[in-house]
Amino acid sequence: MRLSYREALNQAMSEEMARDPSVFLMGEEVGHYQGAYKVSQGMLERFGERRVIDTPIAECGFVGVGVGAAMVGLRPIVELMTFNFSLVAIDQVINNAAKVRQMSGGQFKVPIVIRGAGGAAHQLGAQHSQSLESMYTYCPGLKVVMPATPADAKGLLKTAIRDDDPVVFIEGELLYGMQGEVPEGEHLIPLGRGEVKREGSDCTIVAWSKMVHLALAAAEELERKHDLSVEVVDPRTIKPLDEEIILRSVAKTHRCVVVEEGWSFNGVGAEIAHRVQRGVFDELDAPIERVTSLDVPMPYALHLEDLVAPTVPKVVAAVRRTLYLDGGK
Amino acid sequence: MAHPVRGAIALPGPDDPALATYRVLDERGVADPARVPEVAPAEWLRMYRGMVVIRTMDERLMAMQRQGRIGFYGEARGQEAAVIGSAAALGPDDWIFPALREAGAGIFRGLPLTAYVAQIMGNAHDPGKGRQMPCHEGTRASKFVTMSSCIATQLPHATGMAWAAKIRGDKTVVAAYLGDGATSESDFHVAMNFAGVFRVPVVFVCQNNQWAISTPSTAQTAAPTIAIKGRAYGIEGVRVDGNDLPAVHRVMRDAVEKARSGGGPTLIEALTYRLGAHTSSDDPSRYRDERVTDEWKARDPISRMRNWLLSQGLLDAAGDEKLRADVDAEVRDAIAAEEGVEGPPVHSLIEDVFAEVPRFLEDELAEMTGSGS
Repeated sequence: MRLSYREALNQAMSEEMARDPSVFLMGEEVGHYQGAYKVSQGMLERFGERRVIDTPIAECGFVGVGVGAAMVGLRPIVELMTFNFSLVAIDQVINNAAKVRQMSGGQFKVPIVIRGAGGAAHQLGAQHSQSLESMYTYCPGLKVVMPATPADAKGLLKTAIRDDDPVVFIEGELLYGMQGEVPEGEHLIPLGRGEVKREGSDCTIVAWSKMVHLALAAAEELERKHDLSVEVVDPRTIKPLDEEIILRSVAKTHRCVVVEEGWSFNGVGAEIAHRVQRGVFDELDAPIERVTSLDVPMPYALHLEDLVAPTVPKVVAAVRRTLYLDGGK
Repeated sequence: MAHPVRGAIALPGPDDPALATYRVLDERGVADPARVPEVAPAEWLRMYRGMVVIRTMDERLMAMQRQGRIGFYGEARGQEAAVIGSAAALGPDDWIFPALREAGAGIFRGLPLTAYVAQIMGNAHDPGKGRQMPCHEGTRASKFVTMSSCIATQLPHATGMAWAAKIRGDKTVVAAYLGDGATSESDFHVAMNFAGVFRVPVVFVCQNNQWAISTPSTAQTAAPTIAIKGRAYGIEGVRVDGNDLPAVHRVMRDAVEKARSGGGPTLIEALTYRLGAHTSSDDPSRYRDERVTDEWKARDPISRMRNWLLSQGLLDAAGDEKLRADVDAEVRDAIAAEEGVEGPPVHSLIEDVFAEVPRFLEDELAEMTGSGS
């Protein structure tokens, strides 16, 4: 079935809510307004006000309320309008959701999904354009999922809802309208299992969420214009990370570029680069390259925004550097 | 929906229960007979005993902290009536989210003293597996949730748990404790707001002990009382003398009944005083006038209750002595049983971070300990 990323997410939530009465959705504008990005379209009508709940505007409030409800066995899906606003709830996410199980000696579990849009869209400035996955993956106790396609969005969200741990589920803000084939019904993708999105032999690009599509575009250009064969690996979940699929690919191509929308310092790419050099050091024929955003808050002006974010030419250049083309530049 | 107390009691002075301080016992323990709630004699004695348990274990454990036998302790001295009077109004299926000074509430409803001591020792018997600092006890079986060190974050959880009860249509009530300092936190406000908007069965019990470490409650808020803050959220606020066990019990019982019957949340302010230090890491003589503390010692909640019980013939001196001796022995036995018990096993380090121990954690632990696991 061909669905948009947004419809795939809606289908995942709706199927899980139909299957399990303990699942419910809450957040700002999720009900009557059908979601800020229309992900919850039709769900209020179908499931009623007790299970699709419009909340007051207070992220720490509804994330905290979700944690409490989860502690007694409900499975809340908490929608954040965007992950930028998750910072208002950060204490509830990191000090509470992530730690309740451990701090209680395993007596309380928090099966909550905290989901919403992440990454930059277009010209939304510093407080609407952030990629915060490195922050959440840094903290023990959270699983972090970042689907790139409608099929992955559905399969991973369904698994996340059934998971007994808190899951930070970051959707690509620019991906909601993207169309793709989505398996019907019981489509479950295990957390911690990546996917090769494109096979190749000269260089591996590791990318997730929206950056998968940038990597695929770069791979195509590299093939078309430069006759290079590039493999694109999408870990899909950042934590737990499918290290094996990355190492296997790099062992084959001997080169690695990590593309992420976040900033460079302490980025997820730094961790992946470390794991690659530790795991397959002898297989590497070139230093691992990273493509990230420039280490500044995102500007609004269009030409500056384009400079800050990863782009296809930047990825192409990075891949060519690993092959010592262009004089190594 | 009117609070039952409102109709039943003529309050002196300002007639708003959020501004007046509701009292049953005066400072000598003489009751206003019209205000004494109906409670079985054995239950009064059980509550009195609960207060004595708190006092006894606090004294013993503070002494142990001074001797270096435990790392940290936070006592509830002077606040025993606020803790027990409120907890005793809850049913066995109701939940408690404590703040720092409500261990006695957990013990009162079945958290074993040995588990409490084990938590403080961080030994292998600790239900929390040696992971949290002392005074962060909790067991699911006693419906007493382990505390978060971040002030007030338990309040949205309590609202959420009460919300779960509403979604499921069961009759559970959730009690959430906080201190006066917590009322400045955003979590307090969102918890109150959500509870008001969704009318969930939660009772917030603020123990206003007048000190947040060295910050007096007058520097915490410009509001005349804490109870009055409920009004901004459409929640009834009631202020009660927190050193008066029958008064706390009555106000809490009304709030719990109201919550259980669908009448929504209540904010109770129990006005009391922190007789001791904030914790074992603190010395209040450096920042407050301890003559005021002495004045509050004269309002000791245990003495007041004892005097009332004696005056009612519910307790005699010999019975009191025996009760105290029994409690003392119980506390000593619990400490003796737990001190020296070995710590949790090394592998427990990586357990409960996730539902299942992920392979990457097994690998990391093996790497760090230089062994396979």
